[in-house]
Amino acid sequence: MAKHRITIVHTGEVFACDEEDNVLHAASDQLRRKDIPIGCCNGGCGVCMVRVTAGRYVTRKMSRAVCGEEEEASGCVLACKLYPRSDLTIEVVGKMVRAIVARRSTSFSFEFKATTQVTNTGKET
Amino acid sequence: MALTGVLRPGHVAIRVLELEPALKHYKDVLGLVETGRDDKDRVFLKAWDEHDHHSVILREADEAGMDYMGWKVDSPATLKKLAGDIEKSGLATDTGWLAAGEQLKTGERFRFTTPTGHVMELFAHKDYVGNGCGTDGPNVNPDPWPDGLKGISPSRFDHCLLYGDDLDGTVKLFTEVLGFTVSEQIVTKADPDFMIGAFLTCSNKAHDVAFIRQPVKGKFHHASFELGSWEQVLKASDILSRTKTKIDIGPTRHGITRGETVYFFDPSGNRNEVFAGGYIHYPDKPVITWYDETLGPAIFYHDRELNEAFLSVFT
Repeated sequence: MAKHRITIVHTGEVFACDEEDNVLHAASDQLRRKDIPIGCCNGGCGVCMVRVTAGRYVTRKMSRAVCGEEEEASGCVLACKLYPRSDLTIEVVGKMVRAIVARRSTSFSFEFKATTQVTNTGKET
Repeated sequence: MALTGVLRPGHVAIRVLELEPALKHYKDVLGLVETGRDDKDRVFLKAWDEHDHHSVILREADEAGMDYMGWKVDSPATLKKLAGDIEKSGLATDTGWLAAGEQLKTGERFRFTTPTGHVMELFAHKDYVGNGCGTDGPNVNPDPWPDGLKGISPSRFDHCLLYGDDLDGTVKLFTEVLGFTVSEQIVTKADPDFMIGAFLTCSNKAHDVAFIRQPVKGKFHHASFELGSWEQVLKASDILSRTKTKIDIGPTRHGITRGETVYFFDPSGNRNEVFAGGYIHYPDKPVITWYDETLGPAIFYHDRELNEAFLSVFT
């Protein structure tokens, strides 16, 4: 089975993903840090959105509520539904701006304005 | 007090991205029973101990999430009265009637949208199909449970947790018009009048629906199904692992409602819960209050902190 190299632009991290595996699963299997946010893993919630900046891939059905046609056309796809067909370069997209980001409960804030300020990439800060 | 007015959650209509994997999940893993399909390709299912024809409706769509939630009321007269009360309150939008039969085996329904953007409906009639336990005809000399259950096989659809912006308006609609009481609330400690979560009941259950304030409209956090014991929650978690179903969190306990729980996702990313326990609610029970700073143990009592997905992952 063909294995492809997936490179995360921000961190330079590289991991392998075969054509039958999705990029989110491969990343969570091989990377210790949570570089890509893990949500429903089933194409519904949108938190794992990435932008593919280089490479060929196929996707399976994603909820249009979180990945619109224009987004998809610009290379934004959900990592849990992303299957490589060549080596890929991806950027993590801060899709959590659509919701309040869940932080540790001690620093948690319900302020609505947080929704427009947050540019979370899924990393612990 | 007798239980009148709005009796209980009657159904939840869930959008799925692909029907076949969804049916495999809801029938073989969760263990609901399919009771019918209609000409709009909607599939109707129920949990084993429910007598009404269905409690879960699935349809294939381009977006995951909840289409609507239905509430059974005690009579056609109550249905008419509450419909009028909702209209008069000015708290709901997009109100209107759906004819009997539009939804399989279901009488006429009054539909409205809450201030948090959730489509709700009331109905008074749904055909009985029974729970299959009777040994000498339906409901006569019944066994405690039927043969042939699959998967987790909860007894009933129990409640939903929903996310939306105008929490105050929705709580007002449910309490002042529909006769619900608040069993538990989450408020900010700085301003205890600012509610960020409301757990509402129309029955003896700790909650029949819950809402959390989020800057969104009409979003779906989970649909929950009832199990009889903590051991069954553990066994459910075993089934989820064995079937490689994505578990969100658990098995653990909620501080709010004291329920024992496991959260997991259907193949379209809609969150499901199966739970056991909790307490019996009576309308004279004082409201339980949680502060925002203790939201961690309020939601997940053992970890004492929210997982990242609780507030950010919904459909």
